[in-house]
Amino acid sequence: MAEKTHTLNTNKWIDNYADYLYNYTITRVNNSDLAKDLVQDTFFAGLKSAKNFQGKATERTWLVSILKRKIIDHYRKINSKKGQAEVRMNFYDDGENEGSWLEERVPQSWDNASEKNIENEELRNQLEGCINKLPEKYAMVFRMKTVQEFETAEICKELEITSSNLWVMIHRARTQLRKCMEDNWFNN
Amino acid sequence: MFKNLKITCDQATTICDKNQYSEASIKELIKLNIHLIKCRICAVYTKHNITLTNFYKGYSQHCKALKNCMSAEDKEALKTALEQNKE
Repeated sequence: MAEKTHTLNTNKWIDNYADYLYNYTITRVNNSDLAKDLVQDTFFAGLKSAKNFQGKATERTWLVSILKRKIIDHYRKINSKKGQAEVRMNFYDDGENEGSWLEERVPQSWDNASEKNIENEELRNQLEGCINKLPEKYAMVFRMKTVQEFETAEICKELEITSSNLWVMIHRARTQLRKCMEDNWFNN
Repeated sequence: MFKNLKITCDQATTICDKNQYSEASIKELIKLNIHLIKCRICAVYTKHNITLTNFYKGYSQHCKALKNCMSAEDKEALKTALEQNKE
């Protein structure tokens, strides 16, 4: 049986795929303007390489594969800035105190934790604020793993990173989030 | 033998984070639990981590329920830009 061949209909791209691609992007980058730019770049790139479309995949799958590449390019760009922007904050690694168990480093008591649940909009906003304060690459990986609940292998494949890299980033993201929530929510 | 099971606080908290997604291996969990017996700080970290994980799960459900769409104006602008790009 002959394999079904798909065709491109560029006139319908915006109506058919703009929302899907935008939703796909916003869950990864959480920045509306950036997501719109990436979607636009995807359509432009699609248009440019339309002649290379072989029709083996659907239009949407093909556009998503272009978008994924755009997201990886963006991820690489922010990753290359890490020397300038990264705030290294492991739980126990600042300078000469590395590994020491100092009393003042004991995490603060969160007595009121049980009274506050995520249904509270204020808490949700605070959490969102803390996530937005993370370095962009950590925020991206954290959102994909924790908020969108993607499989580890899927994230590693999509961002072209190893699982060790992923866990280090998750650890740093969670450590910074814990500190931010402690300062702005639990001890406030 | 027990030397292999000794880990630093940073390794312990990393395993603890991994375990929040149920992705820590048995060996890692053994190391973590041995560490937690003697390290009060990491024990508190673990307790807080569980609280935060519950918050994150609630936040995740809230985010997943949201459907993000582009506005009609944005779509129109995109259509125009795409048309211009075709020429």
